[in-house]
Amino acid sequence: MDLWFAVLQALTLALVLALIYRPLGDYMAAFYQSSRDNRVERGFYRLVGVNPRSQQTWQSYLRSVLAFSLIGVLFVYVIQRAQAVLPYSLGFPAIPSGLSFNTAVSFVTNTNWQSYSPDVTMGYSVQMLGLAVQNFVSAAVGIAVAIALVRGFAQRRTGTIGNFWVDLTRGVLRLLLPVAILAALVLLAGGVIQNLTGFTDVTTITGATQSIPGGPVASQEAIKMFGTNGGGFFNANSAHPFENPTAWTSMFQIVLMLAIPFSLPRTFGTIVGDKRQGYAILGAMAAIFVVSLTALTLFELGGAGTAPLAAGGAMEGKEQRFGIIGSAIFGTASTLTSTGAVNSMHDSFTALGGLMPMLNMMLGEVAPGGTGSGLYGMLILAVITVFIAGLLVGRTPEYLGKKIGPREIKIASLYILVTPTLVLAGTALSFAIPAVRADVEGTSIWNPGLHGLSEVLYAFTSAANNNGSAFAGLTANTPWFNTALGVAMLLGRFLPIVLVLALAGALSAQDTVPATRGTLPTHRMQFVGLLVGVTVIITALTYFPVLALGPLAEGLQ
Amino acid sequence: MSSPRSSARQYGVALRAMLVFTVILGVAYPLAIMAFGQVALPNQANGSLIQGGSGAVGSSLIGQSFTDAQGAALPEWFQSRPSAAGDGYDAAASGGSNLGPENADLIAAIADRTSAIEGSDGVTAAQIPADALTASASGLDPQISAEYARIQVNRVSAARGLPVATVSALVESRIQGRDLGFLGEPTVNVLQLNLALAALPGQG
Repeated sequence: MDLWFAVLQALTLALVLALIYRPLGDYMAAFYQSSRDNRVERGFYRLVGVNPRSQQTWQSYLRSVLAFSLIGVLFVYVIQRAQAVLPYSLGFPAIPSGLSFNTAVSFVTNTNWQSYSPDVTMGYSVQMLGLAVQNFVSAAVGIAVAIALVRGFAQRRTGTIGNFWVDLTRGVLRLLLPVAILAALVLLAGGVIQNLTGFTDVTTITGATQSIPGGPVASQEAIKMFGTNGGGFFNANSAHPFENPTAWTSMFQIVLMLAIPFSLPRTFGTIVGDKRQGYAILGAMAAIFVVSLTALTLFELGGAGTAPLAAGGAMEGKEQRFGIIGSAIFGTASTLTSTGAVNSMHDSFTALGGLMPMLNMMLGEVAPGGTGSGLYGMLILAVITVFIAGLLVGRTPEYLGKKIGPREIKIASLYILVTPTLVLAGTALSFAIPAVRADVEGTSIWNPGLHGLSEVLYAFTSAANNNGSAFAGLTANTPWFNTALGVAMLLGRFLPIVLVLALAGALSAQDTVPATRGTLPTHRMQFVGLLVGVTVIITALTYFPVLALGPLAEGLQ
Repeated sequence: MSSPRSSARQYGVALRAMLVFTVILGVAYPLAIMAFGQVALPNQANGSLIQGGSGAVGSSLIGQSFTDAQGAALPEWFQSRPSAAGDGYDAAASGGSNLGPENADLIAAIADRTSAIEGSDGVTAAQIPADALTASASGLDPQISAEYARIQVNRVSAARGLPVATVSALVESRIQGRDLGFLGEPTVNVLQLNLALAALPGQG
């Protein structure tokens, strides 16, 4: 009986996303490729001082991305440090420097890792001026980089990959803001709050006092989901009734976080002039999604483990209105994208259930991944796949008419090494440095034993992949975690972007080669199977040993 | 490579762009949504508060404790789920227990809650649904399962001197089905159920 509801919910989600795929994908392809600016945009370009018609080399595009992101980090940092003097701060003091650094990096990198409890830390000014703004622009940066890579495949011998400022502006003004406005209104109607009232004290029917929070939540919630950001207005994130009041708002939030990542393959197919290529990428993303969702749903409904068995079900850390099924589908969508929002507490999942969100992130968040980062991650894996297939038959690999030579494959290989290195090194250092280990085990870890290792592994996996969800028992507001996770988020975001833009530049400088009988077709089921296989094998080989020490060992106890 | 001048230019553009975006996205956008919410949907925008005789008694979306000052469950009220928010249903400190499936504290807490409910409600451990024994993700879960509401009927009727059938009928009338028939789980809103209970003739 329960399983039928799970199937029905998954089918509904698939249907809605299928209906969105073409119009949203085509819309993005059209406006990112358009040479026309509207009046608002022309005014914006004049105000900030850019020529929208100039085309950038990859180096120039990258410098713009980095300049904009650095300014973003400084902005969010300063706003937090100044909280005490900002209006609507609810009397909260300035955020300490280590936490300000971590949070600034976290929101600029589209991670939204939260080392703090927002309910008692962040006033409305910081949330609106600092965090919500980054929710928009960090998402737009991700999509811009993905579009730049797609242009690299589509263009011949230009050496340029577009204009970052135009891509950024259009992403915000033509896509993210209009949809966020509509989504915020829908959420409002569902019961998500939007006020600046602060705490309202009420006297309950038993005579106790309860402080009911306020806040500009609906506006932030909409872009938190649509931009695959995930940073909650409240500590409980999308489990909080004021962020996510009903089962249908929860499904709506799931659609919001999957809409752009699952539609970008259409944009890709349209821009490279072969929509079948988009369907192949979509097919690989969808296949991984379905398998992962099935596994998490079955693990949680199964309810293995001492505590779930004693309670008669894995309901610890889950809301009654969502239930186990509504929690599994949200958790899967959130960790297979770079969102990291939670409507249930992953730390309290069954051991093998808790393994799934970790595994989802370790796959590199490519099914469908974050806004933009999912598509460029999957295209990198496609490059690796044609390379491996080329090796097997002894031919020079090509993808979409571009030769995958030594330069291209070096870039792709470095890309897939970045996050595993950060995750494994970060986790290892947490236990290898004696002073750090004492602090991690004494202060940070909440659940002792094998589960404690999982908490630390989850944190670095989440940070390096720019996800932001957590095994939230971990106390991460310590000098070690604020610094190490901050560095992991920065490198995990920008090293891949450097490599993706370098690849875009290399590809766009090439001419295309005509397809021959020996060219591997990249739009058929065979290629989808290869791509999924490569994605899974790379992840499994990289992470199996450390997973065996944490969640697998706990699950097999 | 870029000249220092063109690099400095990039930072100038970035700074101006960030300022303009902050005005549009950080000020105008949330305030516009707020204006709409306060005019068109004031109840939702302000937290779905429930008004009692003298001011608000809570929010239909935020769960509450129905305990005495020492935290002991009051038998005449339907009880909410266990909560890890502060000392229980502290709406200024949302969150779950984050205890893992093999955590000894969680296993002990579930055993304690089981025997407490067995004692107060006169049921066997097998009759107690999982939501009654576990803390929610938010610590503010306003709802319980229909099963958990049903096993509390005998206790509440006895404590209030009401016929079991009356309280049972009230519970059944308060069960909310799944959204659209298939999303989420059936629920009973505890605060609203308790308010309906207090509104029965002779109660209060």
